[in-house]
Amino acid sequence: MLTGFLKLTWIEIKVFAREPMGLVGNLLIPVMVFLVVGRFVGTGRLDTMTLNPPPFNVPVLGALFIAIGSVFSLVAVITIYREGGILKRLRATPLSPVTILGAHVVVKLLFTVLALALLVLAGRQFFPGAIDVNMVSFTGALLLGTVSILSMGFLIASIVPTARFAGPITTAVLYPMLAISGLFFPVGQLPPPLQILTRFLPTTHATTLMLDIWNGGGWVASWVSVMALVLLFAFYTAISAKVFRWE
Amino acid sequence: MSNPVVSIDNLAKSYGSTIAVDDVTLEVFEGEIFGLIGPNGAGKTTTMECVEGLRKADRGTLSVLGLDPWREAAALQKRIGVQHQEAHLQKRIKVWEAIDLWSTLYSKVVDTNLLLQRLGLENKRNAWFMTLSGGQKQRLFIALALIHDPEVVFLDELTTGLDPQARRAIWELITDIRDRGKTVFLTTHLMEEAERLCDRVAIIEHGRVIEIGTPAELVEKHCPERTVVFTSDEAGVAERLNGLPNVKAVTSDGLQHSLNGQGTDFVTDVINAIASEKIRVTGFRTETPTLEDVFLRLTGHGIRD
Repeated sequence: MLTGFLKLTWIEIKVFAREPMGLVGNLLIPVMVFLVVGRFVGTGRLDTMTLNPPPFNVPVLGALFIAIGSVFSLVAVITIYREGGILKRLRATPLSPVTILGAHVVVKLLFTVLALALLVLAGRQFFPGAIDVNMVSFTGALLLGTVSILSMGFLIASIVPTARFAGPITTAVLYPMLAISGLFFPVGQLPPPLQILTRFLPTTHATTLMLDIWNGGGWVASWVSVMALVLLFAFYTAISAKVFRWE
Repeated sequence: MSNPVVSIDNLAKSYGSTIAVDDVTLEVFEGEIFGLIGPNGAGKTTTMECVEGLRKADRGTLSVLGLDPWREAAALQKRIGVQHQEAHLQKRIKVWEAIDLWSTLYSKVVDTNLLLQRLGLENKRNAWFMTLSGGQKQRLFIALALIHDPEVVFLDELTTGLDPQARRAIWELITDIRDRGKTVFLTTHLMEEAERLCDRVAIIEHGRVIEIGTPAELVEKHCPERTVVFTSDEAGVAERLNGLPNVKAVTSDGLQHSLNGQGTDFVTDVINAIASEKIRVTGFRTETPTLEDVFLRLTGHGIRD
């Protein structure tokens, strides 16, 4: 079945690349957000810009937008495929459920890497010196964060009644998550109940991990965030597997 | 007809408090086109999806090619071909990509070029799914259902929404499948389709099979009456034919006369009587009841009500 998985993944890549709006949403919007916000608030490492430090890490914001864009796209694809009976048709083949959904995750991760590459290129072009980070490590952190947030995407895709509601519901869930992720102000400033909530949100741990890596930290030092992302992935995937609807 | 390829015994399936299938028992034999017919919501699709292994039956015994469709779904999917009601593929998948993907999923695959050619899709290989017409989409789904040369093909509301020309083309394809020795199990709410295509049909309503047989048998059994309508400018025609055996009613409307009766010999009797009475006839036709009439008689309402 490996050939089936590879072929399905390759087809899903091509199908996605043929949709102009998908490419704009997943590749261009994070870069635009990065450039526009960077222009307004400034970019760069806090320690080198002490005179006028940016209020938050703009490249990490761009990276989070990439992750969130992937979730939007995943939820849209799954709900549209379900509504159109595409999931049902694929399920009536020898393809396993994990293969059918796994292909979409791989596609989203590939486009996540592509979007990050574009963001880095744009950063080098427009904000010279601002992006100074171990790219391999940072890409790894973004991918781990994206996988963990995608598992919530599957849960959202299971719950939304129709494809029409997918966008609004995903927005209503993800943007507040982003707001309290600790990127814009420390989580400690939130009321205690919300602080507890943030521990169950992959965006919080993804933000912490990416900020740590950005600030020169290593993976070993960030083991708490890494473990949290892995556990939340397992947790949300397990719930999704229970409530996922194929039609 | 030989072995049952599909046997369904006392199948029941509910969704919450809604009973979709109440009690369905039927057998589909090797090499026939079997139609499950009934109005929307009668339980046709649920029955078919239980048989395909996509849904778990609440009650009853199912066997397809000797396999339990739910427990042995993986083994079954290699040997059956399916087409779902109102199915779609990825909007921007190309025809050849879909064929190629499906080809990798099965160990034994037919010559796909020949298959596309036979289905009239060879010029659409590079077309996106979303650009295909309704008929072309359905032909592609038939291609996907046939790609691994399955022993049984399940087709759910195959021609719904197609124009008459596309529908006829699809009918020919289905007959072809049967003529190559395959078994076809289909659902339809189009009585004309069932009558033209199916060797045998089961009429289903409110989740229960209410009658099974060949279309001709069902018509003969439930709607044996025949009507002969002819036009003649001679006077007193109705009275001259009134004494015929098996005639139940004669009605005249100007020059047009209708004779209602029943029995297989009724039409012959009328023709003979017209001939022996030397009535000059300027127009002549017979009206034979259809499955639609059978359905109306059995259920008390039309299939689209």
